[in-house]
Amino acid sequence: MTQMGQVKTSVERKSKSWFDEHAPQIRELKFTLYLLRQSPIVVAGFILVALFIGMAIFAPWIAPHGPEERFWNLPQQPPSWRFPFGTDTTGGDIYSRIIWGSRLDLTIALTVVASAILIGSVLGAISGFMGRAFDEALMRVTDVFLAFPALILAMAVAAALGRNLTNLTIALMVVWWPTYARLVRGQVLAEKERLYVDAARAVGASPARIIFRHVLPNSIFPVIVQATLDLGGVILTAAGLSFIGFGAGAGVAEWGLMIADGRSYLFQSPWIACFPGLAILLSSLGLNLIGDGLRDVLDPRLRR
Amino acid sequence: MKLRHYVIRRLFLLIPVLIGVSMLTFTLSHVIGDPIAAYITSQDLRLSDLQMQKIVTAHHLNDPLYSQYYYYVMDLLRGDWGISRTDSDRPVLVSIQNYFPATAELALVSMFFALIVGIPIGIISAVRKDKPADHATRVFSLVGVSTPVFWLALILQYVFYYQFKVHNLPNLPASGRVNQFLWLDHPLHVITGIYSIDSLITGNFSIFFDVLVHLILPAFALSYVFMAVFVRMMRSSMLEVMRQDYITLARSKGLSERVVIYRHALRNAMIPTVTVAGLAFGGLLAGAVLTETVFSWPGVGRWSTSAIVRDDIASIMGFMLIIAIVYMLANLIVDLLYAWIDPRIRLG
Amino acid sequence: MPEPILQIRNLKTYFYTYAGVVRALEGIDLDIYQGETLGLVGETGCGKSVTSLSIMRLVADPPGRIVDGQIIYKGEDLLKKSEAQMQQIRGNKITMVFQDPMTFLNPVITIGDQVSEVIAIHENLARDVVRSKIDECEETIKQLDSNSPDRERLMNRVKELEALKDNPPKYSRREMKKATLRRTIEVLKLVQMPSPEKVVKQYPHELSGGMRQRAIIAMALSCSPDLLIADEPTTSLDVTIQAQILALLSELKKKIGSSILIITHDMGIVAEICDRVSVMYAGNIIETAETKALFKNPLHPYTQGLLKAIPKLHRDVEELEIIPGSVPNLIYPPSGCRFHPRCPFRMDICDKENPPFIERERGHSVACYLYQEKK
Repeated sequence: MTQMGQVKTSVERKSKSWFDEHAPQIRELKFTLYLLRQSPIVVAGFILVALFIGMAIFAPWIAPHGPEERFWNLPQQPPSWRFPFGTDTTGGDIYSRIIWGSRLDLTIALTVVASAILIGSVLGAISGFMGRAFDEALMRVTDVFLAFPALILAMAVAAALGRNLTNLTIALMVVWWPTYARLVRGQVLAEKERLYVDAARAVGASPARIIFRHVLPNSIFPVIVQATLDLGGVILTAAGLSFIGFGAGAGVAEWGLMIADGRSYLFQSPWIACFPGLAILLSSLGLNLIGDGLRDVLDPRLRR
Repeated sequence: MKLRHYVIRRLFLLIPVLIGVSMLTFTLSHVIGDPIAAYITSQDLRLSDLQMQKIVTAHHLNDPLYSQYYYYVMDLLRGDWGISRTDSDRPVLVSIQNYFPATAELALVSMFFALIVGIPIGIISAVRKDKPADHATRVFSLVGVSTPVFWLALILQYVFYYQFKVHNLPNLPASGRVNQFLWLDHPLHVITGIYSIDSLITGNFSIFFDVLVHLILPAFALSYVFMAVFVRMMRSSMLEVMRQDYITLARSKGLSERVVIYRHALRNAMIPTVTVAGLAFGGLLAGAVLTETVFSWPGVGRWSTSAIVRDDIASIMGFMLIIAIVYMLANLIVDLLYAWIDPRIRLG
Repeated sequence: MPEPILQIRNLKTYFYTYAGVVRALEGIDLDIYQGETLGLVGETGCGKSVTSLSIMRLVADPPGRIVDGQIIYKGEDLLKKSEAQMQQIRGNKITMVFQDPMTFLNPVITIGDQVSEVIAIHENLARDVVRSKIDECEETIKQLDSNSPDRERLMNRVKELEALKDNPPKYSRREMKKATLRRTIEVLKLVQMPSPEKVVKQYPHELSGGMRQRAIIAMALSCSPDLLIADEPTTSLDVTIQAQILALLSELKKKIGSSILIITHDMGIVAEICDRVSVMYAGNIIETAETKALFKNPLHPYTQGLLKAIPKLHRDVEELEIIPGSVPNLIYPPSGCRFHPRCPFRMDICDKENPPFIERERGHSVACYLYQEKK
């Protein structure tokens, strides 16, 4: 005969700090960082990206000349000691303008991706959680946006709004948010099935609380991977749009625009178009390296 | 038959998206942009108030939005997509008709090239994982995805046109689809608008080779990025498949590794790759815009960039619509291919 | 005593992973005799599947590698053969049946094609073509009158064909394909597949679990192998189908004359169809005996624990017996005998060195220091 002992059920209402609750995730994070350090691809990417970020931040100190400085008497000079990348059609030092240009392109990329994540994630999370009509509606909306290639949609939006840098940024934001909405929605739907959500609900947590404290932190990793890759993509698209004629007004130090300028004198002075393109390539490459390495590291099957 | 149901379902799903797309273009052209701009031809330099009134009433531009939208959609369905200022005031649809084949030719050639080169490279990269061949392809892939296509186009022009010419090497042309002088001597009877096909059909071989030569540089530039994406996808998809249990069974049957890879693994690996290829096709279209501009290729991409400089909203929106339709069709084809390759979908 | 068709001596297979070297097989010895069914039992992770993959040399390299040992088949060491030579043996003389028929069948290839490809690469179907032509002729002859002129002609034809039997000519692809299809359907009938003509054109997802497993068995038996390795063939099937499949295997084994190495964790299956059985623990074979002998007199403490752990319907018990502790980590295995931390009869010597595998009675070997004194 079994003894019915004292059933000890003192529910300890010790308030756990956010760190304690998410200790396993933090361990995962540490492991991820460890793996990242091992991958030469990621390290190379980090170096490149750090280079460009440094360029952008310290531009005023490292650029030999200002972005507006022109040496009108020395247009289209080939690369030399004085002008490492040569000068353009109006006598601007290409080397300096590339450094100054990094501020512009990186800022645009960060702004666009950050906004896209913000808008997209929130909408996607709500959509996944609420389901039903809102979800259907949002999915149809994202379908429409995703029916266009990024560049082309951005083109149309920017054309409608007017051709300047701010509108370019807005246009890009409009183009990029649907991806995150879908991504986060997918994550939320997967997490919704997990038991801890039911548990939280049973304890009486509000939907908002569940979303923000539990679901979103678990969805972070794929968003980070996507964001890194998108930063590269935005740089490419923004440069492409500037090349066509959007965004920066004439004379502004923007990489895409510089290439457009260099196009007319491509055969005589190839350096005008060549170096800004390299800048775009390397900055985008750095981001793609990180994103790619990150994706490999986060692949659950390749870990351990 | 399940396949038929599948196709019909997919077609039905397109309708709401098309409606949404038309709403988007409507919003952009009529709500955000200046609606009158769509109906101004290049001759109308300054419009009198009376002329403007005429346009407003003729196109119902003072009506409430939903009414405007109704007329807008009616116009679209009737074939009135506006006037293209950029293209000598031709109707937008006519411009599209004129320019689209060139873009189609460029896009298709680029795609085939990317597939023919990309698939084997992807397979080799997966089979020789972590060996030098694999690392090389990964680098190639990542660089490819990071390269601005318009810049690559310029570099190609510089090297293969200018430098070759300067050094007295046979050079590749840097612009246009065909040599105009050659055309005068051997005029091409245009049927589809895709010159390579038309010249083959009509036996006009001098034009055929000339067209191919003109395609080389732009197609290479355009396909480079697409190839990079494709190779990665193929590689990861193959890796995934090679890990599967049925591969072990195939090996246990004594099949050679070659048969295991090409008969058992490849078909399964193509399934997700095909899907991604469809999505990446959008990138190809976007790249076409930039490539056509650089190579002065007379396609819808170049038309659209010229339109932008002129603030020709009608052309831009027409361009948007046709691109959306083409992209949707491409993805539809991909879905059908997907169903055809995977018997689980075909037979339910 | 018939000769063993397969002899494994001191087989060591290690996996080199980031976490360390997993010593999956630490020098196992195994004999399989002609025409017998040998069971290989043990818990999950003890190395049973690795053993089968090692025999077939299908161990994924990297990270796995066969570091030592011999696998003697027909007088030759399989470990010394080239890949091309192994490919001739796999699917042909030594074949495998796997655990989960759903994941082990290629979803985009028809059942017919998957079975046919084994036949096509290993069998010389030209002979089949000759034989079927002979059959056709003889059929026709039977239906003719005894003094029909055609009779003589056909009989000459048959004589020609008989001469070709040993050295058949190259037939057209169409003929070969027909012969392959005929063989495939024959094999499917052999494994009692319902409506084989229909199944041949179907895809794996259209079949039931039992039918899929039959297809895999068909592939494995199509070339009359000497050894069929069955890795938990019934684990993912319903109990009723399980019985059918086991019966099928036994029947076919007798018909074809193959030996079967059946890997399982289920002692019930062992009792049902195995002639002899080897018990594995943590990468070692710790006991081998004839089935009856093992059940009657298990020598190794682990075997004893295993048998005790099986719930018995004819006895009234309150608690199920267990073997305390858990399976060891194969990267850092216990020193000496790998079972010693859990063994109720542990002695001092047990953690010093791995006990040798010694024949204790006729046909009954065990690796345990309890039995090391020579008779």
